[in-house]
Amino acid sequence: MKKTFENIYLVGVFLFLFLPIAVLILFSFNTSRLNIVFEGFTLHWYQDLLQNRTLLESLGNTLIVAGISTVVSTVIGTISAYGLHKYNFKGKSLVNELLYIPVVIPEIVLGIALLSVYTLLRLELGLFTLILAHICFCIPFVIISVRSVLDGMDSHIEEVASDLGASRFQTFTKIMIPMLMPGILSGAQLSLTLSLDDVVISYFTAGPGANTLPLQVYSMIKTGITPDVNALITIMLGIVFILLTISTIVQLRRLKKEVTV
Amino acid sequence: MKKIILKIEHLKKSFGEKNVIKDFDLDVYEGEFLTLLGSSGCGKTTILRSIAGLDPVTEGHIYIDGKEVTNLDPQHREVNTIFQNYALFPLMTVEDNIGFGLKMKKVPKKEIEKRVHDMLELVHLLGYEKRKPKELSGGEQQRVSIARGLINNPKVLLLDEPLSALDQKLRKSMQLELKQLQKKLGITFIYVTHSQDEALTMSDRIVLLKDGKIEQVDTPVTIYEHPNSLYTAQFLGDSNLFQGVVTKVEKEYTWVRVHETDLKILSSDWKVGDELDIILRPENIKISLESGKENPLQGKIIDQIYDGAVTNLMIRVGKQMINAMYLGNDKLYAKGQMVYMTWDIEDAIVLKRKSSDNEQ
Repeated sequence: MKKTFENIYLVGVFLFLFLPIAVLILFSFNTSRLNIVFEGFTLHWYQDLLQNRTLLESLGNTLIVAGISTVVSTVIGTISAYGLHKYNFKGKSLVNELLYIPVVIPEIVLGIALLSVYTLLRLELGLFTLILAHICFCIPFVIISVRSVLDGMDSHIEEVASDLGASRFQTFTKIMIPMLMPGILSGAQLSLTLSLDDVVISYFTAGPGANTLPLQVYSMIKTGITPDVNALITIMLGIVFILLTISTIVQLRRLKKEVTV
Repeated sequence: MKKIILKIEHLKKSFGEKNVIKDFDLDVYEGEFLTLLGSSGCGKTTILRSIAGLDPVTEGHIYIDGKEVTNLDPQHREVNTIFQNYALFPLMTVEDNIGFGLKMKKVPKKEIEKRVHDMLELVHLLGYEKRKPKELSGGEQQRVSIARGLINNPKVLLLDEPLSALDQKLRKSMQLELKQLQKKLGITFIYVTHSQDEALTMSDRIVLLKDGKIEQVDTPVTIYEHPNSLYTAQFLGDSNLFQGVVTKVEKEYTWVRVHETDLKILSSDWKVGDELDIILRPENIKISLESGKENPLQGKIIDQIYDGAVTNLMIRVGKQMINAMYLGNDKLYAKGQMVYMTWDIEDAIVLKRKSSDNEQ
């Protein structure tokens, strides 16, 4: 009795989580133009997608923005986290607290704030301002995730490295970076996901000609979302799924190796 | 004349308002095993870190092999440090850990391999080359960290309580091993510890520190048998303290009144009326049931405590509790029994009382 209840509960939770995605995938193969009834199977929308210039262009923009802002914010964030951890200076605790502000304030506030700064500086809105905005809100996430690794680290490790003749730069690149890698990677991953699906901040900072995919989809609500968006998203889901599978397999292998040793 | 490998002059170090090291001077000779001994907070680790260059000094000079290094970065000093928690690089194998110093010096790969091999042999870890630190026991990790320091042929090896994270038995064997290693290689060791036991077993010389100052520097034998202060006597080993006043002075002997008994000590430049501290180690006190010829201090057995190979006695004299001990574990005395304590006259450590000691 208890077992059946547990199973029903489990199935319920998974349905709640994955039903929307399943529906979306299903409708990408739907012959009907409306996302209401499933009428028949077709690959038509995938062909349509290849013709849809605006959609593909916005996908390209999204990837460029996400790629650049992830790399830049990861580099800046890692170095900042290291500096904040290692050195003591006046106002350090203030800086530490300020770091959390971009994380907790509503996106819309940050969006408006960035827009006013750009206007003040007379920056023309476009890809560049969009990338800047994304870097701005990603950095704190990288810092926080790298710092969590740093806090758990033995402080003597760095001292030993310099004691053994490594310069500060060598200590950082040869000892610290490899040890911080889990934090750096999870920071980068966070940045990438945040940047990929950001709507609110992008809405304020993108300007004409720099549409990202989320913005494009959002604007389509007014005219009606075409099923080729479903197709695009199904493809993206597929890619994410493959990447996740690979990383899980790699991790499992590593775990297995550690266990056997 | 032995060569001075490390010279510290007027070292001062303060953290904010707090002066941790106050005017510290020390010469360390080549090939010596020197121990910095003291209770926690006495500044011993601070001195070590200053020598390594890990913390800047507030004032003073440090010379290694005649060359001033006071303001050099750690990577440019010919010393290496061993930490209590090993601090191995977790992602590197044992051989990469040990070879790290040579790699930084751009020593050819072939030579690194050879020297790492030699080091592993020296610390009995052959076959462990490819292991990661977390696959090693605490003792093995500490050996790797010692090998990682020694491979660079440092002028001085600094060890910061390297054995205190190990269990009692392993610690004992590592003490001997470290001492042998040091003799074999002839490298100067500066060893920081709070354990008098470690200091006495391993050192050529002990520097006893108190509140950032040197209390006494001597060989283990001298510092244990002829401490020049009450602090030293009480820090190293167990001790019983009698406080008394000189009552009679003769050419060879002097008498001191303690607990209504006149105790005989060897004459020095004591004068009648001097206040003296007489310190006796528990192992030097002999117990007998009859009043002996000399120093017959009478007391009552309060307790006898079994301690494996020896038995500890608690004896009350007046209001004072005296510790004595004898070899073996037969219960020789009964609780409440009256006994006499005697000792060889030269075993008594006699010091003139300082005003600051009165509080104790």
